[in-house]
Amino acid sequence: MVDTMFEMPLDPAGVPRGRAMIERAEWAARAFATYDAATVQRIVDATAQAGAARSKEFAEWAVRETGYGVAEHKLLKNLACSTGIAAKYRASDYIDVVIDSSDKMVEVPRPAGVVLALTPSTNPVATVMFKIMLALLTRNAIVISPHPYAKAVCAEAARTMAAAAVAAGAPDGCIQVVEEPSIPLINALMTDPRTDVILATGGTPMVRAAYRSGNPAIGVGPGNVPVLVDATADLNATAQRIVESKSFDNSILCTNESVLIVEESAAAALLNAMTRAGAHLLSDDERDRVRDLVFPEGHFDPKWVGKDATAIAAAANVRVNARTKILVAPFDLVVPEEPLAHEKLCPVLGLVRVPNVSRGIDAAQAVLRITGQGHSAAIHSSNPQTIMAFSAAVRVLRVSVNVGNSLGASGIETNLAPTMTIGTGFLGRSSVGENLEPKHLINWTRIAYNTDALVPMADFAGLTPWHTPTAAVPAYPRASNDLTAAPLVPSTVAMSNDAPDELRDEIRRLIIEELNAIVRG
Amino acid sequence: MSDATALDYGFFSFASKDEVLEKSKEYWNPGKTSFWSESGIPLVIDRREEYFIYDVSGKRLIDAHLNGGTYNLGHRNREMVQAITVAMQHFDMGNHHFPSLARTALAESLIASAPKNLTKVIYGSGGGEAIDIAIKTARHATQKRKILSIIKAYHGHTGLAVGTGDDRFSKLFLSDNEEDFPHVPFNDLEAMEEVLKGRDIAAVIMETIPATYGFPLPNPGYLEAVKQLCEKYDALYIADEVQTGLMRTGELWGITKHGIEPDILVTGKGISGGMYPIAAVLVSERCAGWLTEDGFGHISTFGGAELGCIAALKALEICNRPETRSMVHYISDFIGRGLREIQATYPDWFIGIRQNGVVMGLEFADPQGAKFVMKRLYENGVWAIFSTLDPRVLQYKPGILVKPELAEELLDRTEVGIAKARADVMSERKFR
Repeated sequence: MVDTMFEMPLDPAGVPRGRAMIERAEWAARAFATYDAATVQRIVDATAQAGAARSKEFAEWAVRETGYGVAEHKLLKNLACSTGIAAKYRASDYIDVVIDSSDKMVEVPRPAGVVLALTPSTNPVATVMFKIMLALLTRNAIVISPHPYAKAVCAEAARTMAAAAVAAGAPDGCIQVVEEPSIPLINALMTDPRTDVILATGGTPMVRAAYRSGNPAIGVGPGNVPVLVDATADLNATAQRIVESKSFDNSILCTNESVLIVEESAAAALLNAMTRAGAHLLSDDERDRVRDLVFPEGHFDPKWVGKDATAIAAAANVRVNARTKILVAPFDLVVPEEPLAHEKLCPVLGLVRVPNVSRGIDAAQAVLRITGQGHSAAIHSSNPQTIMAFSAAVRVLRVSVNVGNSLGASGIETNLAPTMTIGTGFLGRSSVGENLEPKHLINWTRIAYNTDALVPMADFAGLTPWHTPTAAVPAYPRASNDLTAAPLVPSTVAMSNDAPDELRDEIRRLIIEELNAIVRG
Repeated sequence: MSDATALDYGFFSFASKDEVLEKSKEYWNPGKTSFWSESGIPLVIDRREEYFIYDVSGKRLIDAHLNGGTYNLGHRNREMVQAITVAMQHFDMGNHHFPSLARTALAESLIASAPKNLTKVIYGSGGGEAIDIAIKTARHATQKRKILSIIKAYHGHTGLAVGTGDDRFSKLFLSDNEEDFPHVPFNDLEAMEEVLKGRDIAAVIMETIPATYGFPLPNPGYLEAVKQLCEKYDALYIADEVQTGLMRTGELWGITKHGIEPDILVTGKGISGGMYPIAAVLVSERCAGWLTEDGFGHISTFGGAELGCIAALKALEICNRPETRSMVHYISDFIGRGLREIQATYPDWFIGIRQNGVVMGLEFADPQGAKFVMKRLYENGVWAIFSTLDPRVLQYKPGILVKPELAEELLDRTEVGIAKARADVMSERKFR
């Protein structure tokens, strides 16, 4: 009867604390799942504003901490993923019950519960904010495990938003962040039976581990975006868009263009326009030096992730204009042994010239055979037949048309759902084929009546199972004979959004100013 | 195991549960052994994990007694087991005469966790010894002998501690001593002031919520006023936090919820993590004098055993996590609401809920009410004990790491147990 406790493996450092966070999240999720829509809206707004108010600081901090990207672009993403997400889904309802009298059904939304969010180093704060907003919109508790390269800024962003959420009435512990992420800790959190869904945004090994965990997971595959430009495109506008998109945050969105495929008849004009827009077309010698630099031994060197084009050029001993935003590297054949045909999270764009659209589609498919299936592709064309042929043939789940793919596929400059997580679907070994959005974090309980017309359906109008919390959640544990006493050590802040009106107006003004500056810039 | 029914544990074996009970009476404690059998609680604990204990028959019980918070973190808490297992590769109990690594580390952590006037730590091997140390310390600091406690107080069974408690435990051993250990009624400030006025009281000793008396709650302001009276009449305030400490009230030390800085704070039970006995006394600088005057003044071979110190460090760390504090608030809120719903169903029977965090006393409308409830809860898979000094009241002490699903199950079982006990009492009254 003496059992095998002596063989218990030791938990790695940090794992017990991580498990405690999941347990706390479980309590928070239970409480949150009964909240009414109005309260949730207040929490969503307050949290978004708190994130937005520090977006600029977090953008600069993220660049400093990771060494990746461009602060002003990160600011745009941070705003898009905080107040932007709140605005986008203001009219959406993930809380109220839906009554369908004709089908004799009532649908009750049911949050996932505890969401484990893994976030990348490339879009660190934006992804943290994005996943927090999705969790709050759907009344889920979230535990964030940031990439170790960005852990400090992500933790501060999450704590900022958590404090705002709780101050606005959210349950204590509904947003938590792992301060010291590690592989054993992430594995323990992913495989914990109390984790209800994993949102895995990051490298392929991590995403595959999420799917192996035994828990429901929404993970995404890598991108490797082909962009086709045919002779019918508006070449000046296309050139501008591609350079802007490829240089956006120095290419660290997984939606950045990887290989430009241009119809030969349009190539000269397009490349001239791109050069005017800030591209440097590499000569064959220069290309070889850049390739050797960025792909030593044929493998991408992560130290170039998100670095400036001028820095890469300098390191490759390529003289470029100081205003150069991207380097264009021509090559002939899209094959696996060509490093430049692989994903490049830096402002180096592969270039392939093709005699016609049909060969262009073949080349795009070749890019995706290397990696990136299910992710995204872009096309610049005014010919619907070409766009249709391209989209049907190329194995991706979103095709951006006449727009830069960085912000196009991620829904910021298209009407796709704005996202930091691109579902790659069955093609890309993922459970979700759309851009990740709030609806992916709920299930619905369906109350289904007998179809027999003789069995009437009751009237559910006006019934709601949800509550408006009237005090902090959970209540502070006061002695039962002294329930009115104020706690000496307050656990949470009061229900209302305590920021005085002037402060809130000031925050709003700052956000609008920042947005305007970006639009103008 | 040669015989499927035998209880073979490698270290020892019994042919059956009956054999255990017989030998328990023969060699150990006949009174206690018979008491439980006759009370309908024929429990001999076998397996134990999380908040579950199992009778040797396999019957599973949710532990809502926790031995007064000893199993605050659950039974054989995974982190506790790991900590002690690792510690045993290097440490043993240590040598109580010398400065020690683990004792020093724990003392520093305890002081960091406590009200800021507390500056030094003295170790005991259990709560009783710790109370004795607290009393000795108060006597040394004030050069006064008398210790004032409340009627029906309970602070342990050791030489001095037993005097502070109910005479049920002191007279038996001819240890009652009202002269040195006067008692006044709980929640009665006038009575307390009347005694303190004599200025011959070294210290008032108070459990922040008196456990064995069924957790009667101090009236709002009572403890604060007692502390003021202590200051007025030059008596020390000893906070017995053995059952109310370690996050059970939703703060690490229950006394801090009253804004009181006690002169002496005693912790035991839960600080062991349920794995290695240890207790500690935290004292103010004023009280710490004897540690300088004669550091060998209180000697305890097992007090502050280094393995115990490591257990305590781990227990303190777990209790003090923000996640734990948050969970205690959720658990307290959830179970409190659940109990009020049950009370609303049986208002004539389940007449009161005394609650502060997960410290709970459930009052029933019969002088022996909690004994009926205890028995029915046992049948329905919950272990909670009546209050020795007020058997109307059931001590109901859920753990501080209880999960939502277990909290739900506990309430389900509790509701049925309370209903059945009510029926028992009603039918018994009919035949009286």
